[in-house]
Amino acid sequence: MNKPADAHAVTIGFESVAGERTQLDVPVGGIVQRTYWQNVRTRVLRDPYTVACAMVLILIAGSAIFAPWIGLIDPTAANSSHRLLPVGAPGHLLGTDELGRDMLSRLVYGGRLSLMMGVLPVVLALVIGGVLGLLAGFVGGRTNMLIMRVTDVFYAFPSILLAVAIAGSLGAGLANALLAITIVFIPPVTRVTESVTTQVRSMDFVEAARASGASTYAIIRTHILGNVLGPVLVYATVLVSVSILIAAGLSFIGLGASPPAAEWGLMLNTLRESIFLAPLNAVLPGFMIFVTSMCFNLISDGLRSAMDVRF
Amino acid sequence: MLSYILRRVLYTIPIAIGVSLVVFALVHLAPGDPLSAVMGEVDQKMLAEMRASFGYDKPLPIQYLLWLGNTLTGDMGYSLRSGAPVFPMLIAAAQKTMAIGFAAALIGFTFGLAAGMLAGYNHGTWLDKAVSSTAIAGVSMPHYWLAIILVIVFSVQLGWLPSVGAGSPESFWSWEAWRHMLLPAIALAAIPGAVVARTARAAVMEILSMEFVEALRARGLSERRILLHVARNALPTVLAVMGLQFAHLLAGSILVETVFTWPGTGYLLNLAIFDRDMPVLQGTLMLLALFFVFTNLVVDILQAWADPRINRA
Repeated sequence: MNKPADAHAVTIGFESVAGERTQLDVPVGGIVQRTYWQNVRTRVLRDPYTVACAMVLILIAGSAIFAPWIGLIDPTAANSSHRLLPVGAPGHLLGTDELGRDMLSRLVYGGRLSLMMGVLPVVLALVIGGVLGLLAGFVGGRTNMLIMRVTDVFYAFPSILLAVAIAGSLGAGLANALLAITIVFIPPVTRVTESVTTQVRSMDFVEAARASGASTYAIIRTHILGNVLGPVLVYATVLVSVSILIAAGLSFIGLGASPPAAEWGLMLNTLRESIFLAPLNAVLPGFMIFVTSMCFNLISDGLRSAMDVRF
Repeated sequence: MLSYILRRVLYTIPIAIGVSLVVFALVHLAPGDPLSAVMGEVDQKMLAEMRASFGYDKPLPIQYLLWLGNTLTGDMGYSLRSGAPVFPMLIAAAQKTMAIGFAAALIGFTFGLAAGMLAGYNHGTWLDKAVSSTAIAGVSMPHYWLAIILVIVFSVQLGWLPSVGAGSPESFWSWEAWRHMLLPAIALAAIPGAVVARTARAAVMEILSMEFVEALRARGLSERRILLHVARNALPTVLAVMGLQFAHLLAGSILVETVFTWPGTGYLLNLAIFDRDMPVLQGTLMLLALFFVFTNLVVDILQAWADPRINRA
């Protein structure tokens, strides 16, 4: 385990991605055989950017989740005599907002809604789009036609426009914004899953598995899911970063979270009027959106090179 | 080539019809009919008359066909708020959005392309690292936040550029028009510029690792000539990304236009949503979505033209 993994890296073909050991074992004494995912993990852990970003995200997410128990001021407690205190004011480390609420507390609490709006739509879209893509790719024929043509239509909308259109038609509110972003992400996930499924389905090892009596379920579980997982995971982390930007954008124009909730996009919107009095305070919520989104982007880059995914 | 273009155009028709269906369905997703949302509590008889005059009393499929037919002939109905015809309103707004859109594309693509190609060519140097990290910051940038920062720095602190509206320039070719456009355009340019830089860098790096470059070097070509070959080979990929980014930029301008109160399509869309002004909402969505479909078409054709290897069978 102390040896650099790449020195004895086993060249892994498509078929071994599911996590089984490969047949390409190197016959050298003392070398530990490693699976694909073990290799990926080692490579990810050796990439300083990915590790640093993961740590930043854990910090942001952890403080958001445990916000009520880490001694913060109530994020909704307004104080009209302490409005727009500058960053560094005594008692308010990051100042206060236009209603005198503590900025630090609101930024930490804001992570709850903003991160949820970043992650949840992607998870939902992965499940729904994943099933649709598997179905289209595996069944083929008319089912494929139907699913993929409908996907094409939704794909024909720019993501922000579609999100704004859906959320705007349904009316303002967190649930509607969540639904809107989920719908936006289903088509791309369906496409990625469908294309990988179609590719893998026609490979020899799937034929071989079928010939040796593997059930459709077993083939989907080991071979298709095993091969889809890598590209989809890389893609999903990019989608989370996009999702955070869109969700905060929706709140920013008044279509997502509503006051007095703490949410980064909404805070950016309400603090926008105070750029003359407290420019630094007004910039902070956007900085959180930016950092979180960038971390997900960098992690995606790290995963991509660690898994050697190309698409 | 011609048959490819023809087939690609034909393929666009069902997509465009699908898009129109989605736009129509979206607007009718809202509970109640469009009028009661706008009118509030009014006399039922009057509401029924209004409904008939706007055609909202007919069954939905008929409404859809009527709307589609009218839209295709340039009649997009009248705003429920102001009573003004929607089509001229949309054209005026689209011009404004196009103005900052083109300016943003010019800024973003020029810088993105130059930086990306240089970074790819000088792979691994400090220049490459600087470009790569700026680009990753750019793609993660909430452009509405960048817009606010630009306003704080250039309007509030320095007082150089205006932060609101398009001003009232006498012509497009005046400093008055341009100084209003500058900040929105820069804010809009960030994401597409960064995406183009990343694409160009990756494309150049990939091409430089190909054998034909080795062969060119062996034949003794100057580095400048080689770079030309590389650029020619990177063209199709970069072109496609630029086309898509331009369309995304126009759609994404809704957020930036909100910051600057820029009187474009995004701002119109924003107003229509909060006024529940259905004809305007439908018209704006349709225009932006169809433009996106059209851009995709153009990009595919351009790409096929720039890269004859693309399978056109």
